[in-house]
Amino acid sequence: MDMTTQGIPTAQPYVPAKPAPAAKVVARNVNVHYGEKHAIKDVTVDIPDQAVMAFIGPSGCGKSTFLRCINRMNDTIPICRVTGKIEIDGKDIYDPALDVVQLRARVGMVFQKPNPFPKSIYENVAYGPRIHGLSKSKTDLDEIVMTSLEKAGLLKEVKDRLNDSGTGLSGGQQQRLCIARAIAVSPDIILMDEPCSALDPIATARIEELIDELRSNFCIIIVTHSMQQAARVSQRTAFFHLGVLVEEGETQAIFTNPREERTRDYITGRFG
Amino acid sequence: MTDTTAHTTSAIARRRFDTTSPAAQAAVRRRYRAEARFKAYGLMAIATAAIFLAVLLADVFMKSLPAFSTTSLVLNVAVPADLVAPDQKYNPAAIRNADYLPVLRNALKAAIPGVQGRGPERTLIRLLSSGAADGLRERLAADPALIGTSVKTSLLLSDDADLYFKGGGTPIFTRASRGTATPSDTTGTITITSSAADFSENLVALKLIMTERASLLSAEAERIARSTAPDAADRAAELRKQAEELLARSKDRTAAERLDSRLPSLLVEINGGLVKISEVAADRIEGDVLLTLASTNEAKPGDWRIVTYARPESERKISDLEVAFLERFKANAQVERSFNWRFFTSGDSREPELAGIRGAVVGTALTLIVTLALCLPVGVAAAIYLEEFAPKNRFTDIIEVNINNLAAVPSIVFGLLGLSVFLNFFGLPRSAPLVGGLVLALLVLPTIIIASRAALKAVPPSIKEAALGVGASHQQAIFHHVLPLAMPGIMTGTIIGMAHALGETAPLLMIGMVAFIVDVPTSITDAATVLPVQIYLWSDLPELAFQAKTAAAIVVLLVFLFVMNGTAIWLRKRFERRW
Amino acid sequence: MTAVYFLTLACLVVAGYVLAAQRAKALQGGPQGALHSLPTYHGLFAAVSLIVPMFLVFAIGTPIVKHIATSSVFSYFPPEAANDPLQSGVILRDVGNILSGNHQGEPSPALRDAAAHYASIYSTGRWIILGLGVALGLVSLFIVLSRISPSFRARNLFERFVTLVLVLCALVAILTTIGIVFSVMWETYRFFFDPALKGRPTVAEFLFGTEWNPQAALRADQGDIKTAFGFIPLLTGTLLITMIAIIIAGPLGLFSAIYLSEYASPRFRAWAKPLLEILAGIPTVVLGFFAALTVAPHIRGWGESFGLDVASESALAAGLVMGMMIIPFISSLSDDVINAVPQSLRDGAYALGATKSETIKKVVLPAALPGIVSAFMLAISRAIGETMIVVMAAGLAANLTFNPLDAVTTITVQIKTILVGDQEFDSAKTLAAFALGFVLFFVTLMLNVIAQQIVRRYREQYD
Repeated sequence: MDMTTQGIPTAQPYVPAKPAPAAKVVARNVNVHYGEKHAIKDVTVDIPDQAVMAFIGPSGCGKSTFLRCINRMNDTIPICRVTGKIEIDGKDIYDPALDVVQLRARVGMVFQKPNPFPKSIYENVAYGPRIHGLSKSKTDLDEIVMTSLEKAGLLKEVKDRLNDSGTGLSGGQQQRLCIARAIAVSPDIILMDEPCSALDPIATARIEELIDELRSNFCIIIVTHSMQQAARVSQRTAFFHLGVLVEEGETQAIFTNPREERTRDYITGRFG
Repeated sequence: MTDTTAHTTSAIARRRFDTTSPAAQAAVRRRYRAEARFKAYGLMAIATAAIFLAVLLADVFMKSLPAFSTTSLVLNVAVPADLVAPDQKYNPAAIRNADYLPVLRNALKAAIPGVQGRGPERTLIRLLSSGAADGLRERLAADPALIGTSVKTSLLLSDDADLYFKGGGTPIFTRASRGTATPSDTTGTITITSSAADFSENLVALKLIMTERASLLSAEAERIARSTAPDAADRAAELRKQAEELLARSKDRTAAERLDSRLPSLLVEINGGLVKISEVAADRIEGDVLLTLASTNEAKPGDWRIVTYARPESERKISDLEVAFLERFKANAQVERSFNWRFFTSGDSREPELAGIRGAVVGTALTLIVTLALCLPVGVAAAIYLEEFAPKNRFTDIIEVNINNLAAVPSIVFGLLGLSVFLNFFGLPRSAPLVGGLVLALLVLPTIIIASRAALKAVPPSIKEAALGVGASHQQAIFHHVLPLAMPGIMTGTIIGMAHALGETAPLLMIGMVAFIVDVPTSITDAATVLPVQIYLWSDLPELAFQAKTAAAIVVLLVFLFVMNGTAIWLRKRFERRW
Repeated sequence: MTAVYFLTLACLVVAGYVLAAQRAKALQGGPQGALHSLPTYHGLFAAVSLIVPMFLVFAIGTPIVKHIATSSVFSYFPPEAANDPLQSGVILRDVGNILSGNHQGEPSPALRDAAAHYASIYSTGRWIILGLGVALGLVSLFIVLSRISPSFRARNLFERFVTLVLVLCALVAILTTIGIVFSVMWETYRFFFDPALKGRPTVAEFLFGTEWNPQAALRADQGDIKTAFGFIPLLTGTLLITMIAIIIAGPLGLFSAIYLSEYASPRFRAWAKPLLEILAGIPTVVLGFFAALTVAPHIRGWGESFGLDVASESALAAGLVMGMMIIPFISSLSDDVINAVPQSLRDGAYALGATKSETIKKVVLPAALPGIVSAFMLAISRAIGETMIVVMAAGLAANLTFNPLDAVTTITVQIKTILVGDQEFDSAKTLAAFALGFVLFFVTLMLNVIAQQIVRRYREQYD
């Protein structure tokens, strides 16, 4: 959010040129029930823009579930009930008047196992802009596709085979294609659910580089079971355990000097 | 301690499983034999099914062969210049409507000179099919300049004559003559005398047959005498008297014998004519002239022959005169066998030789188009709803149970539904492809729904999730991504459903497709028939030639089914993905 | 007229789509913000808003117009004509023929006037429908066009319509069942209880009567030909043929399934399964032809060479061929259940030293028994409902016998015989066919339901 100052000299206190940005995503007292099971208990957290936030924790602690609340993917599961408030840019995303389709255009998602459509590389990236009417002509669409592939670091490898099938790429390339597909609709937020867990270390390194490049333009939330990855990639980290948000703060602080006992136990490898 | 151990050890030793004694080995061998028998039963079961299928297909195929070829006479037909009025010579309608019967009659008489009398002439013309002039008709209509000239054309034979050349006739044996024969006249009832006793073999054979017949009659007489019927004694006496008479005649070696239609026919070929023997003695015969003799001159030995038609006339559909005519045509090389294109190009007919399956094939095509147009969209839509949108509640359960039950309802019940709802309540036209298609669509719908649901279920959910993640609505995700990927499976299921509908007969009988439809239908509201119904109708008809036609129609139906199922399997192999 | 109506509909739909889409496109990138839905969805929704009212007007209006026109015809005739179904049918048919130009001979003045009146009402009515439909369509199109704005959720509305269409398609299955049940039950009810129907039996006479002779003595002068609607001979005939079929198909099908799932190599299976599928796909009319023209004469020949008296349409011939038809059915269903038995059960038996056949007999088959029983019940249901084989190979003689060498008739044969050919729809004979259809439907439904219940109830024990 850019604010221009008037440049009129006054005797007012110094206002920094770039004030601390308000949180992009604000969650308050979020609870998620899967039928009888209480999966997410009373989570409250602020997620900043233009930064990477990592959700860490042992398996089954609810980090993926909470992630999927942010783009309302949990709506596809009939027995799932979400209570509490989640706001993006100040607007409640669970407002019934809100069209969830628009929400998912603003909040992109990359999944654990790369899932490109069984269509051409071009079609994979072009699908989103097409259904949201983001391009007015073919040249427009071409430009969007090229830019997204470029930003995802894939363009050089595929630019002369855009009509080949997306499923013919290697695992790492497929995941980058999925990232390009998510970027193509110009979201504000990108959710990543363990994006590297199905990839080899070299592909993982590429993706992590990419995340670092992307963070200057997007709010990125990444769920990861690898603490090292969280430490490498994120600026802020939240630790989940048994559905509860145990601790949240600057990544360095969490990993070197956690406040909570459970956090310390997890980080030192005593469980999980 | 040692006591108990020893006791336990020996107990265990006693209880150890006996594997070495001969009894034990025999038991094991028995078990292995039982195993082999069991396995053999399974193999035999499959073999039985395979043999049945092979026998069925072979039988149908063999029965159908005669229908695929047709026999015609190739004759020079003199087309009279006054066939049509002079001013109508170039009017195709007039040419088609002209009377061709005299033309054909003259052509036949020219081919077999010496046919005299109304009776033989009628027999001769009846050898031709009622549609024999069709080819000539069309040729003249296309090229009227031929009128007044002699045209060489094929004339279709009637069904019985056609079957004659396909094995429905009789074995014919010819015996050379030893003596000189002298006919008494050239037409009518004549006698032929031979200088050598040429006819003695036949006479002897006849006597033997009479002896056999006499003993059969006596046995019959005995049987009746033993029965308790009131007039048994009288009838038995009558039969016994007949038997005695026969026996007496058979003992008399020289007396002449009369032939009847239960015996093989005997004929004499002499002086270009043919005489059917009605009474035979050792050196002379009396008979009726079938084909006029050229003269009453003597015929030297070797110039005349004695012919036997081995199958008695009473066991044939074709009389001796007809056989004579047909054999004469064959001797003149005027008989032509060709592929029966007519079977595929003409509609149904009361005459077997003119009947074809075109009407039935077009009717089937129209009906299947209606069926496909109705059941594919509705079935896929229902499957999409049940698989993707339906809430998991009792109502949905009821729909699913319903579909499973409908899949098992007998097909004739769908016919009842069609009859009472579509025909009587809605007043749709009877026997129309529209109604047939509606009924078949309802019949096939459960199959398509079940197959489509399976295909939709097989698409991995990650594709749908990816689409949702990019911001597609649920419907967009399904119609843009899931449905296209499920298409091969849906297509396979649809083709299999259509193949099932293709062979259905009972429900279509209910909605009136039993009428004799001659015209080829042109729209879905015309009265029509379908191929399976045509097969059923033909199988009921008495003419022998229709049996071959029925089998041939079955072969066509099976070919269609084979192609459809083969396509389905090919589609499945080619396009189905392994997720 | 129908063609004109739907052609108009098509043109309006295209025009509406284009108009709406253009208008939406023009608003794209305008001052009010981004469009909620793509222009094409606006267009589609406009098209839907045209199709629905015009279609409804046509579907509701046409029968109404037809009804009014038809009843106007009877004003030209004495009142009894309208009430007598035979006369009214004739009048309507004549009117139809006059209008289509097919009428033979000279029509009476009443008929001619009636036909003219009918034609005028019919055509006026059709024009009204056209006008009304177009008017309503244009009104709704106008409403939609005026509502087009960036915030208009055209896509959501269109998708709701699509969902409605999907639901209706799913309901077709229910409608079919309702249709079958009602049509058959209604006619059956009339068969037993309609007082105006002559010659109808009581329910007891039907269910327990032993003579089936539907050649109705409906005309009073036809003497004492007894009309009997006794169902028992049909029942025994059906059961006789079904039993023969199951006796053949049961063991053969089951053993085929056992061999294919337990003993066969993949190569063997690769041609044996398609073979069985081919057998399953042979149309029943072909099997009927084979049964009637090849199997029955052969059986007759064998029988007579043994001195037995075999009918030319013996139950044995029909039952034999029907049995072969059912083999793939039993085989594939049993194959599925046998394969579903967990390998761990088999392993336990092998580990004890059992041979394969002993394992199958003692472990696998008992475990798969509910499924196999269910398969047999479904096969019986199929055999009972089979029509063409028995029509062609079994007879019409309603014989009460258990001798497979005799000719018998079945329920399906009688249904077909009664309903095929000219008949008045109101005679007891015709309705008897529906009563038989009702019995058939009911029995097969019960068998299917019980078969499903067996599987559901006993399956859990082996999971």
